[in-house]
Amino acid sequence: MKRAAAYVGRPVERLEDLRLLAGRGQYVDDLAPAGLLHAAILRSSVAHGRIRSMDTRAARAVPGVYAVITAADLGEHVPRIPLRMEGNAALSRFVQPVLAQVKVRYVGEPLALVVASTAAIAEDAVGEIQVDIDALPAVTEHTVSASGEVLLFEEHETNHAMALTGARGDVDAAIASADYVRRERFRIQRVAAMPMETRGLLAEWDAQRERMKLSGAMKVPFSTRALLARLLELPEEAVEVVECDVGGGFGVRGEFYPEDFLIPYASRLLNRPVKWIEDRREHLLATNHARGVECELEIACRRDGTIVGLRGEAWSDSGAYIRPNAVTAPRNIAQMVAGPYRIANMRMKVSMLLTNKTPVASYRGPGRFETDFCRERLIDLAAQDLGIDRVELRRRNLLTDADMPYPLPTVLPYGSSGETDSGDYRVTFDRCLEEFGWAEKARLAGKLVNGVYHGLGIGCYIEGGATGPRENARLLFEPDGSIAVYVGSSAIGQGLETICAQIAADALGVPMERISGVYHGSTGVVREGLGSWGSRATVMGGSAIIDAAANLKKAIVEKAAEQFGCTPAEVALSEDMRTVSAGARTRTLTELCPEGVAAEGTFNNSKRTYSYGTHAAHVTVDPETGDLRVLEYVAVEDVGRIINPMTLHNQTLGAIVQGLGSSILENVVYDDEGQLLSGSLASYLMPSAEDFPNVKTIALELFPSPTNPLGAKGAGEGGIIPVGGVIANAVASALATLTVQPFELPLTPPRIWSLVRHARATAEKQAGA
Amino acid sequence: MRITFSVNGQRTEIEVESRLTLADCLRHRLGLTGTHVGCEHGVCGACTVIVDGKAVRACLLLAVQVDGAEVRTVEGLAEGEALGPLQRAFRKHHALQCGFCTPGMLMTAHALLQDEPDADEARIREVIAGNLCRCTGYLGIVRAVSEAREAYRKRDGEAPR
Repeated sequence: MKRAAAYVGRPVERLEDLRLLAGRGQYVDDLAPAGLLHAAILRSSVAHGRIRSMDTRAARAVPGVYAVITAADLGEHVPRIPLRMEGNAALSRFVQPVLAQVKVRYVGEPLALVVASTAAIAEDAVGEIQVDIDALPAVTEHTVSASGEVLLFEEHETNHAMALTGARGDVDAAIASADYVRRERFRIQRVAAMPMETRGLLAEWDAQRERMKLSGAMKVPFSTRALLARLLELPEEAVEVVECDVGGGFGVRGEFYPEDFLIPYASRLLNRPVKWIEDRREHLLATNHARGVECELEIACRRDGTIVGLRGEAWSDSGAYIRPNAVTAPRNIAQMVAGPYRIANMRMKVSMLLTNKTPVASYRGPGRFETDFCRERLIDLAAQDLGIDRVELRRRNLLTDADMPYPLPTVLPYGSSGETDSGDYRVTFDRCLEEFGWAEKARLAGKLVNGVYHGLGIGCYIEGGATGPRENARLLFEPDGSIAVYVGSSAIGQGLETICAQIAADALGVPMERISGVYHGSTGVVREGLGSWGSRATVMGGSAIIDAAANLKKAIVEKAAEQFGCTPAEVALSEDMRTVSAGARTRTLTELCPEGVAAEGTFNNSKRTYSYGTHAAHVTVDPETGDLRVLEYVAVEDVGRIINPMTLHNQTLGAIVQGLGSSILENVVYDDEGQLLSGSLASYLMPSAEDFPNVKTIALELFPSPTNPLGAKGAGEGGIIPVGGVIANAVASALATLTVQPFELPLTPPRIWSLVRHARATAEKQAGA
Repeated sequence: MRITFSVNGQRTEIEVESRLTLADCLRHRLGLTGTHVGCEHGVCGACTVIVDGKAVRACLLLAVQVDGAEVRTVEGLAEGEALGPLQRAFRKHHALQCGFCTPGMLMTAHALLQDEPDADEARIREVIAGNLCRCTGYLGIVRAVSEAREAYRKRDGEAPR
């Protein structure tokens, strides 16, 4: 880019907002084509059992019912949903059939699909299906799963899906020779991503052209298209996936679920458009859960506080099936447990264990939230044991500019590794301490003031982004001088259209008003698109747009050279992209390209970006009630380059508040029969506007990423990563005089109250003895 | 059952099943899809509309219950083609990301500011705590509602209706 960026880096108001604020957004349930039928799904009410029989006669007899589909109706081979990320034979044993066939393995597993003239009739008819299930004992804990006493898949003789191990250096030797070692066990509860819009799909089969159109799928539309085409035995070109406005993604939405097959299947079967909209209870049962990890972690240090080793083992309560992106969190646990610290020797083993619960897969900050909690807690404990200030101990071990790029552990069985890209992790750390006023507030830590204890917590993280291998974009220059942007990234509510328009306008050197539209996420838009996950949309899609912009200029110049009869080098394209000239001859682009001109661009990338930062919190804890208040929360991150500070800050803030939910409020609870107890938004407690009003975020652009032309790093997701550790450290700091050490999330009032009670009882016993 | 009510100032007469919720009636019978349904059990607030001046959950109300009432939805919040003051403030303060909770948030805030144009931040947080947003962390929303107060303080028919 020759000229200074006019839009990138500025808080440009979002293009999306005009329609969303006026109530003119178009989410999937807003679509209603002529002849529409509605689907509802019968789900298992039993966590584990053998299906003896299903009687659908009464349901089929309900007036208005068009079809009732069970596994038996799908033929001998009921389709199973393969892994999208890092599949392998061990995991593929446990993928989910689109309808339960012989056994049910979690409450909420689809048993039958009913299609009717209205959603109400479809739901009524679901209630008419008679299912006879022989209940089996439910496996609800990973320890029970590991014992293998009850098997989810008898034919595979194990509930242990796979183990992953991340390693670098020689951790056993490092720990054996260390001055100090401490080992602790941690638990991170199950949570749900809980986008405000539930999932939904509209499938429209065109029998004449033998084409399927699927609306409502997002995140990875091309991957969805390829899989759906395969399962429906259609050529890929016959399947079109259309992205609508999307009410939040957070990793769970847009993966391929049983419904992504069933709804198109029903549409083709009936030759009618079929829509299915998940209800909230269904969402809680059917959409991926996350976290649910127990972890034993050991830290080894020299006397001076240098961390020499980190060794651990984790067990993931993976749920009943291995879903398409289920590997991401375990892989990150294995690879990222050392986070932003210089720890030469480490090894982390993660076991994925099947349980009779909703399957677990990727949610914002997968694996990173979990490991940050364990590691940052352990660092505080080590500092306390060694008599070193916890701030000093962290600063001593954070990676610096001189360490870059720092190698990441190799993860087996995949053999994947990688390295950090750029940054000085001490800079955000020091800035956070300064913004927070750590030095002044430190004297409050552990003090009882007006009946509540004050505590401070701190924690650091890195966030991976810009996942490869590539992304594509296309720019279309219209004769009127406007430019349409097409990009393979998809929108999940993050303001993608605005970001892409900013980048395109700057790359072309035109005012944003000339960007006529940003089209994304649908398979008709570009020839191939990878989508939006792992904080990749901006870096990957944005970089592809920059490439397309260069190609567009080149195409225009070549066209002019052809018409002028000169070499491209002799052609000058005006900075405002209105005219071309060669010598004395000038032509407007409208004259030059009466049909418009298009160019494509691609960005290939095998290296990830790493944003990083530090968070600090000031909390109070009421020892009598367990009430925890967050008085102040400060986050400082370095994201390399900011495209739009407004969207960045608010995504980071939103991520932090989600993290506070995970740390303090949210909990997916099952009973020991595998029944979901937190089955509504009244029992699954998410943060409201009153809970966490004092969060401040600061984003820096200190170390641009060398891996992409924007210099940007994947961001927005990372805000969630350190929150659990920060809050738990703050609670430990507040309750230091009671020697309370939290090892488990969420830190709800009852849990804190129990910790206090237990600590007091122990102290009394010791005083008495 | 045949019911008659006003939606965004327009008289509407419609035959509905007695079990039809107001949310489904607005969305699927009247095509007013700006009102969103997020939980169908009255917790998330995405479906909030204004009935006779009060913010209510359209998923917890049956359509037959608004017979004779005045209903206001997000589609009626704009000033002609232009966004109203509350909507403009939402855009300025980035009070939305995915936009799904936004219509309910706007209607809750609109009802609040009509009744209490001087509501302070604590009061604003208290009232919008009845609407869940999963994207923003609420700060932008609180700032937007705070800024819009000025427009609602204008009396004599100038205040947004």
